[in-house]
Amino acid sequence: MKFGVVVFPGSNCDHDAYHVVSKHVGQPVDFIWHKQTDLSGYDALIVPGGFSYGDYLRAGALARFSPVMKAIKDFAAAGKFVFGVCNGFQILCESGLLPGALMRNSGLHFVCQHINIRVENEKTPFTSELDAGEVLSIPIAHAEGNYVCDDLTLAELEDNNRIIFRYCDENGEPSNEANPNGSRSNIAGICNAEGNVLGMMPHPERACEELLGSNDGRDIFRSLTKAVERMEGK
Amino acid sequence: MNNFAITPEVIATHNLTFEEYEKILKILGREPNLTELGVFSVMWSEHCSYKSSRVHLGRLPTTGKRVIVPPGENAGVVDIGDDWCVAFKVESHNHPSFIEPFQGAATGVGGILRDVFTMGARPIAAMNSLRFGHLTEDKHANRNKSILKGCVEGIAHYGNCFGVPTIGGEVVFDEAYNLNPLVNAFALGIVRKDQIFFGKASGIGNPVLYVGAKTGRDGIHGATMASAEFDEEALEKRPTVQVGDPFLEKLLLEACLEAMRSGAIAGIQDMGAAGLTSSSVEMAARAGTGLEINLTLVPQRETGMTAYEMLLSESQERMLIVAHRGREREIVEIFNKWDLDAVVVGKVVEGNRLKIFHNGNLEADLPVDKLTDEAPRYERRKAKGERRKLKTKNRKPKTEDQNEALKMLLASPNICSKRWVYRQYDTMVRTNTAILPGADAAVVRIKETRRAVAMCLDGNARFVAVNPKIGAKLNVAESARNVVCVGAKPIAITNCLNFASPERPEVMYSFSEVIDGIKEACEAFQTPVVSGNVSFYNETDGRGILPTPVIGMVGLIEDTHKIITHGFKSEGDIIALLGITNDDLSVSEYAQTILEFSTDELIETGEVPEINLDLEKKIQDACLNLADECLLKSAHDCSDGGLAVAIAESCFSSLNRKATGAEIELKNERLSTESLLFSESPSRIVISFKAEDLERVSAIALENNCPFEVIGKVGGEDLKIKLNEAEIVSASTAELENAWKNSLENQLGVEN
Repeated sequence: MKFGVVVFPGSNCDHDAYHVVSKHVGQPVDFIWHKQTDLSGYDALIVPGGFSYGDYLRAGALARFSPVMKAIKDFAAAGKFVFGVCNGFQILCESGLLPGALMRNSGLHFVCQHINIRVENEKTPFTSELDAGEVLSIPIAHAEGNYVCDDLTLAELEDNNRIIFRYCDENGEPSNEANPNGSRSNIAGICNAEGNVLGMMPHPERACEELLGSNDGRDIFRSLTKAVERMEGK
Repeated sequence: MNNFAITPEVIATHNLTFEEYEKILKILGREPNLTELGVFSVMWSEHCSYKSSRVHLGRLPTTGKRVIVPPGENAGVVDIGDDWCVAFKVESHNHPSFIEPFQGAATGVGGILRDVFTMGARPIAAMNSLRFGHLTEDKHANRNKSILKGCVEGIAHYGNCFGVPTIGGEVVFDEAYNLNPLVNAFALGIVRKDQIFFGKASGIGNPVLYVGAKTGRDGIHGATMASAEFDEEALEKRPTVQVGDPFLEKLLLEACLEAMRSGAIAGIQDMGAAGLTSSSVEMAARAGTGLEINLTLVPQRETGMTAYEMLLSESQERMLIVAHRGREREIVEIFNKWDLDAVVVGKVVEGNRLKIFHNGNLEADLPVDKLTDEAPRYERRKAKGERRKLKTKNRKPKTEDQNEALKMLLASPNICSKRWVYRQYDTMVRTNTAILPGADAAVVRIKETRRAVAMCLDGNARFVAVNPKIGAKLNVAESARNVVCVGAKPIAITNCLNFASPERPEVMYSFSEVIDGIKEACEAFQTPVVSGNVSFYNETDGRGILPTPVIGMVGLIEDTHKIITHGFKSEGDIIALLGITNDDLSVSEYAQTILEFSTDELIETGEVPEINLDLEKKIQDACLNLADECLLKSAHDCSDGGLAVAIAESCFSSLNRKATGAEIELKNERLSTESLLFSESPSRIVISFKAEDLERVSAIALENNCPFEVIGKVGGEDLKIKLNEAEIVSASTAELENAWKNSLENQLGVEN
């Protein structure tokens, strides 16, 4: 099993993702430079947070043209796992691997704080170690996390259980007050139709240790590890 | 060489005095040309030469067993054990932040980050000390709001994108900072002891590389701007404010660290104030070498730039590197990988001359040592300012209901929650932040060890204005206490000394007294000064700021399991006070908020609290012993707003912790009710611990000769305080917390 953490110029959560995979999940992991196009040998890729290309033009808009992105599309098409966090989610939307877009937060400011998200679908490679309805405390840190999509897309996401996480209050209620950025339908994370590509705005890699205030993010990485094991078993 | 006439007007616009110009003539034995005059003017500016402060700074203690790099380099470096060190520094960016708050504050962050990674250290934490005029009930309120918003957004913009967590600092409001905000930026990085880099141009024949962003015309004469007071025309200086690009800085960081690991770098220095000039002069001066630089080779983003402009440009995100001869190719390749320019622009030569060539002409030929060592040094006149000794008017308090007074204090600008500010900062990137902003000190763990580093930035200008020496001691004592409250042993400080014009004797008097106060306190706590910065000329329209030293204290926690937070944890825990409360209300938040004294009145009528550094040390030692034995459930510094505010803050909710109440019973015949609740006596810490540990805790306090008094217990939903059996405070914690939490948003007129 091997994980890869993609590094664009301006990625700044790459070391954090690497740390969690190597230290808390205990799996081999490499950094993957954005000019690399050979992804053979990897089973799961993390597209980390940060400000790829300085967020110039639009968050994630330039990264989609990076050489590694074409390879990532093929990688995803082959059924392997791609996990985008924060800027990674923005890049996956910009490159068309996930539907919708992430706009400026409704409050117009960058927001960094611990928030709650509810697990909406536990039957995915990223959530198998979690329970449906479980509430996780995980930090967000973004200025453009306001998920938008058209009605058709929303219906499709809902009908196919592709909304994986929703912002909620501590009791699991996806209320307006618990929505930190104005996201449509409190969406915090979605997956593609095949279920092997996940994008989410909250940072699970920042919630893997009690020392940092929460370890609720670990089960997402553990789920992914199990999914890779199952795939290897086939 | 160019032959532009050097007239008295030209000399004056370069902020050089006639005597200074005479000195230049003597050094050169001829008239300088305009380019050379420009170089002298920035190197001899207050900002670069420390000409008014140098004679005093020498008194500060700068050595200690942990000090690896004392002041003089880009940042100080301190040993934290297991071959790891931290590099840190604080620096002001006051003038640019007033002229253009967003870019001014942003580039302040950028500059301090470069200072840290120039040493080979990866920045892992940033903090800011911010001072503004009031946001309400002031004729400058709207202006102050926009400065605050701009500065906060600028800091967020730069730090968040760069990927360093901004984990603390302070935000202070006082009318003294109307039209003269203070923005002091701090950064701390981690470096292995054997991988520290220096800004030295060593090795004759070694190539000099220019790396990073291209040079433009921005920021020309920034250093001289920062060395003059402001007037109504200040905004016309906007073109001298630099524009920052945190993305480029992030690339520069990664490329520099990679190039350092390659072993091809002999010396490296960031181009900060006075850009290419100061970086090349300082590198050569430290190594005792000469330099030849060809400006024609410098990457430029504007056409037709003159040598003068290129030398004085303060374009951001640039570095000067001296490579080991023959290895420059490796450095160029690493920078190209990160899509950055890296060009050989000169070489290290024997002798002491800095020779600047442009388009085949020798544009400047100057002796390096004279630019630095022989920069003017002034023993400026100092004289104690006359205090207008106003009689204390007997003021009627705004309210005599202590519940009401407590609530007003909690909502007052300097005590209320600064969540609106720090929520805009990425406080967690790099996954090391063990204590989030809003505590006594911020804490980052060091992944490579079991340890953690605590840090805080503190100023207390009102105390300093009343008595500069005692004020400075109080300031250092509080910053040490703040890191002690999270379980850290204070190990070293950096300081940023913000003052008005040094040409005024009363300013120089307080500056000199502050140095003596810092010296005495740092010696008592064994916390040497390893880096720092002086910012003079903080005045607008003839009105100076309060003398405002800001102390950046760094402490060490041996084991991350022993980190202490300030919130009360469990019902039934005992609350106790380490230290003694005295009648110290005359310069306090109570006097300002409830008795409605203006800052000038406070300073003219008030007295600073006494500080006994011996006692302070005992209290801190007791707290650290308790932390080390894992006996503390919480510890909180008792300062602004006094005991009642400290207890209320410990009751408030925090991550994973609901709000709680407390029942306090005070016995005292000596002090007034107001003093007991709100006096700002130093050397006090509010702690809580398990009831069963009482005996052990009091024994440890006794062993340390630390005054110790059990004052109550944790529990319920209300904060109740009794004095000699009579109830003086009884308020719902939730209500107090709301007043505290939402106040800043209310003052700003924004949604919660």
